[in-house]
Amino acid sequence: MSTAEAAEGTRRDFLYIATGAVGVVGAAFALWPFIDQMNPDASVRALASIEVDLAPVAVGQAITVKWRGNPVFIRHRTPPEIEAAKKVPLDDLVDGEARNANLPDSAPATDENRVVGGKENMLVMLGVCTHLGCVPIGNEGDYTVVENNVKMGGWFCPCHGSHYDTAGRIRKGPAPENLHVPQYAYISDTKIRIG
Amino acid sequence: MAEHERHEFKNPVARWFDSRLPILSLAKGHVIDFPTPRNLNYFWTFGGILAVMLVVQIVTGVVLVMHFTPHVDFAFDSIEAIRRDVNYGNIIQKMHTVGASMFFLAVYIHIFRGLYYGSYKAPREVLWMIGVLILLVMMATAFLGYVLPWGQMSFWAAKVITNLFSAVPFFGDTIVTWLWGGYSVDNPTLNRFFSLHYLLPFVLVGLVFLHIWALHVPGNNNPLGVEVQSGQDTVPFHPYYTLKDTYAIVVFLLLFAAFMFFAPDYLGHPINYAKANPLVTPQHIVPEWYFLPYYAILRSIPDKLLGVIAMFGSILVLFALPWLDTSKVRSANYRPVYRQFFWLLVIDSILLGIVGSNPPEGAWLTIGRIATAYYFLHFLVIVPLVGFLEVPRPVPASISEAVLPPRSELRAAE
Repeated sequence: MSTAEAAEGTRRDFLYIATGAVGVVGAAFALWPFIDQMNPDASVRALASIEVDLAPVAVGQAITVKWRGNPVFIRHRTPPEIEAAKKVPLDDLVDGEARNANLPDSAPATDENRVVGGKENMLVMLGVCTHLGCVPIGNEGDYTVVENNVKMGGWFCPCHGSHYDTAGRIRKGPAPENLHVPQYAYISDTKIRIG
Repeated sequence: MAEHERHEFKNPVARWFDSRLPILSLAKGHVIDFPTPRNLNYFWTFGGILAVMLVVQIVTGVVLVMHFTPHVDFAFDSIEAIRRDVNYGNIIQKMHTVGASMFFLAVYIHIFRGLYYGSYKAPREVLWMIGVLILLVMMATAFLGYVLPWGQMSFWAAKVITNLFSAVPFFGDTIVTWLWGGYSVDNPTLNRFFSLHYLLPFVLVGLVFLHIWALHVPGNNNPLGVEVQSGQDTVPFHPYYTLKDTYAIVVFLLLFAAFMFFAPDYLGHPINYAKANPLVTPQHIVPEWYFLPYYAILRSIPDKLLGVIAMFGSILVLFALPWLDTSKVRSANYRPVYRQFFWLLVIDSILLGIVGSNPPEGAWLTIGRIATAYYFLHFLVIVPLVGFLEVPRPVPASISEAVLPPRSELRAAE
């Protein structure tokens, strides 16, 4: 083979490259099942929704239910907590988005947008800190409402010191987002389905 | 290692075997006769200590797997059963958990020895970089193993550390769900962590092999930092360093045994004796002592993504160190200015560890930020500048000239 031929590339060079390329594509396809097997399996995906009766949850009371392995906080807020959350100007918020799976992504983080169907007394959200996933502690932090020496609402994450207000919105600390509101709907006046 | 010299063994069986698979020649060349600088001090024994620790962890680990059940309902109880019911189980289980701490203690001394004596400089850059890779795999292995007993701290360590990946832009949540195999840390997570915890030590064995290979090309650095120039400068590895290493290993094992028998839980956290509860985070979560400095760096930065980048960056910066250090002199013994900064880095690293063990509030937050800033300042600014500005002390012409008495004295002794 002359040098001129080698510089231009021969039929054989083309075959080498084509064969190699097919091999690489084949290997990539073969790799996919080994990557995808780590994603949630059918049994995990099947446990997608739960129903919760809210009737026994009194004003000022909070319950935690488990959904998809994570805690969901359901808090029956007192009027001072709702007032405190409504008074906050949107410009003061770290995260301006509602983070409500029931609303479009662009919805602003007003107090009404943190709940479903305008039922502002019932706050339902994932109890998973948006920083690194710890469970925040209720009625704690810099944004709790104190009346007659009783702390009401607000959350504080003990791991890395994030403070959430009475609507579960991040106000201080390393967490980047408001506590997420999961997809849920009222199936009767006092009953919700999460998921 | 491929083109080493074939040794002519006197034993006919050895000669027959070696001419078909020259593994005996290889062992002779690299373990028995290997020319090693004659002036290595005890800081050079930590390579041997680390090799022993890796074997200890693999042997105890293989035994523990014979009794462990990787399931969220049984993992915690099976560890307790190992400690109470299995014959010698409480010793073997403690050997493994305390062993992890001892492994890190030895590796940190080994790394700081490299930093002091400039062992990362040409021609040992690849050796050093494989070492950094070994540190990363070791850290991953330790983290995965810590999750397996499924105590409260295990669970929340798993959750917090996997959540570090949620800081990745756009794909963060997808990656975290993929790592978990669910929507939270749960049984699939425990199972895959178990699988990977068993795999990675063998990856470590492979990396250690490459580390030693890369070491045996230029040979050992030494406390003077000058290259070996003649046979006068070296002694054969066996018996000089096999026995020196063995002595150091025994002393190190004394410390290991002291912790294992008298304070097996001193280095751990009591809360990990409570079974994992996905609905309650412990009041104060902290990693094991060997991860505290990185944890302090993570927490000292108020932004989630930048915090994660800084934490990984604190190790990744070591990859660039051979090119960040502009000084031609290796050993800090001949670098009066660098030597001061080296000790400041040691103090800074310990300080970061103390900060990491305290809650991120008040003064600790401020100290953590200063210590984090100094850590990066050391590698990115101080080390390159000191290399340019410092006037090193004169380096000896050779190892033998520095450590052997002058010839005239030798003759006088005869």
